[in-house]
Amino acid sequence: MTTLTLSRALGEGLRKAMENDPKVLIMGEDVGKLGGVFRVTDGLQKDFGEARVVDTPLAESGIVGTAIGLALRGYRPVCEIQFDGFVYPAFDQIVSQLAHMRLRSLGTVSLPVVIRIPFGGGIGAVEHHSESPEALFAHTPGLRVVACGDPADAYVMIQQAISSDDPVIFFEPKRRYWDKTDVDTAGGLASATPLHKARTLVSGTDVTVLAYGPMVRTCAEAAVAATADGRSLEVIDLRSLAPLDTETIVASVRRTGRCVVVHEAVSSGGLGAEIAARVTEECFYQLEAPVLRVCGYSTPYPPSRIEEHYLPDLDRVLDGVDRTFAY
Amino acid sequence: MAVNAQGAVGAVPDPLGLAGRAGSAVPIQLLTPEGERVEHPDYPLEVSAGELQALYRDLVLVRRIDFEAIALQRQGELGIWASLLGQEAAQVGSARALSPRDMAFPTYREHGVAWCRGLDPAKLLELFRGVSHGGWDPKAHGLHLYTIVIGCQALHATGYAMGIQRDGAVGEDGEAAIAYFGDGATSQGDVNEAFIWASVTNAPVVFFCQNNQWAISEPLERQSRVPLYQRAYGFGFPGIRVDGNDVLACLAVTRQAMQAAREGQGPTLIEAFTYRMGAHTTTDDPTRYRLAAELESWKLKDPVERVKAYLIRSQLAEKAFFEAIDAEANELGTRLRRSCLEMPDPEPLAIFENVYAGPNALIDAEREQFAAYLDSFVSQEIAR
Repeated sequence: MTTLTLSRALGEGLRKAMENDPKVLIMGEDVGKLGGVFRVTDGLQKDFGEARVVDTPLAESGIVGTAIGLALRGYRPVCEIQFDGFVYPAFDQIVSQLAHMRLRSLGTVSLPVVIRIPFGGGIGAVEHHSESPEALFAHTPGLRVVACGDPADAYVMIQQAISSDDPVIFFEPKRRYWDKTDVDTAGGLASATPLHKARTLVSGTDVTVLAYGPMVRTCAEAAVAATADGRSLEVIDLRSLAPLDTETIVASVRRTGRCVVVHEAVSSGGLGAEIAARVTEECFYQLEAPVLRVCGYSTPYPPSRIEEHYLPDLDRVLDGVDRTFAY
Repeated sequence: MAVNAQGAVGAVPDPLGLAGRAGSAVPIQLLTPEGERVEHPDYPLEVSAGELQALYRDLVLVRRIDFEAIALQRQGELGIWASLLGQEAAQVGSARALSPRDMAFPTYREHGVAWCRGLDPAKLLELFRGVSHGGWDPKAHGLHLYTIVIGCQALHATGYAMGIQRDGAVGEDGEAAIAYFGDGATSQGDVNEAFIWASVTNAPVVFFCQNNQWAISEPLERQSRVPLYQRAYGFGFPGIRVDGNDVLACLAVTRQAMQAAREGQGPTLIEAFTYRMGAHTTTDDPTRYRLAAELESWKLKDPVERVKAYLIRSQLAEKAFFEAIDAEANELGTRLRRSCLEMPDPEPLAIFENVYAGPNALIDAEREQFAAYLDSFVSQEIAR
């Protein structure tokens, strides 16, 4: 066990993947000499060389488009998009090319490309640096979409994503980059939770709280605070947003009868809406209250001096929990 | 930067010495529209009678594939077809310059390239009939799938070429990629990004632009103020304009550019100056935006006829040869037609195939639901 920040844990996971498979490449803006603006790839270019850790020209469509070409040649590129709000120039390459190639080729072509995207707010950034665009990708068949929540899991998940033969959009909670936990860098992936499975972080009996990425810690803290009110929260880290681990979600909600979905992304048309529909369909007779969402508002992300009002926090999570008990 | 129409570059910094290699606005030509063989000092080409006959055969057969596909669309057997009429030489000439190990990245109009890469033309019909979205194994043919979104494949080709570099497959006996696109695509960000990537990485890729003068209804003037081949110089690699209706010139120029790429000399942009003699696709009506006289003038530069004229003029082929090619074309047309008419629709449950590498709970559940729904009709039939 080593204590690592989430940023470092991702870096170590990338290093492990590169050691295990010479076809794994890293490409993106400033990922080489600088080690990425969040230092996730720090030291990798020095150790693996410029051919495997590529400082690319500054164009996101180019990063993803050339990654597709490299994957066609048998490589496993891991692209870094510097910030969430910068992914849109690559949108066509991701949703129309990357996601469709397996179907288009009748299964003859696999594109094992990972696209890492630091996402979410809370760091006092300027516009386009605090967004949560995960639903756009989760809405695209052919892509797998995941979000890591803590260093230990990030270390495992990035390796799992790289070994996936499907393209994976890998969201990293940028305000949690400096969170630390113990990480088992000696353990293999065999015993790890599979990439498509959720994990129950806190077991509880009264209400199921679903979160991913930066909201995992917020909800875990809310669970502790809720005990003061005598409420037992079950907190599930979804990990995979596409596909959703409906099995784990449904099993929990059938026990608790209540469900709150928490994400930073705009509530309307978001993952919460999808989960509410699934849970309603599968748990209709067990639900004591409608599935509620605690999310970002249906507005563009606000300027940073008021972002704390936009972002779900511990109190808003507890307020959501309270509201499910009002039914 | 001062660039005149002749392609002369003015007094600008030129660290790569590209100005010396600057192409000319006069396209490279080795066979005139009248079928007269001309020499070009930079592109010496020796072709045997057999090779010429083979090129002629390609041109005729490819045109026949196109003709048959248009007819099939008109008869309701294809949803749409993108005709290559007029661009046969650009495609056959360039594609015959490729080695089996090279990888071509086509748009949706590269039927001539597909033919030269050994793809059964019936596979092309699958896409335009709506039976699949493409559906061949790119590796098996050295031909990537047709790409419909304009310009995307230029980046795929460049990335693939970066893979060639990483595999150490540059140099003697090297490999290269070729990206096909049209004049309209040169306005796309992806094509420009591909130029940048290829340039700074010195990737073994050739950009083969068929400038057919029209992007659906928009003339070249809507895409560029400078001749397209000159774009390359701004990115730091050579650009060459070739007569796109001259199969020999396209062969010679592409061969040289591909060899340079394979040997590690980096990318080249080839502008094949040609003309889309037909509509953009079978849904298009070019009489709304261009004059018939323009088409008539290009008919005089027909890419197939000039090879025929040369073969006859130089006594490189007899009447029997042309008759045999025509017969083969007819056979191909008949076979293609039959393949199309006999082509089965996929099973409805094929919707759920090839979305992900492995099982996916959501897709599996939806497949099961849909199968049960379909079965419900069968049981109703039985009940009646």
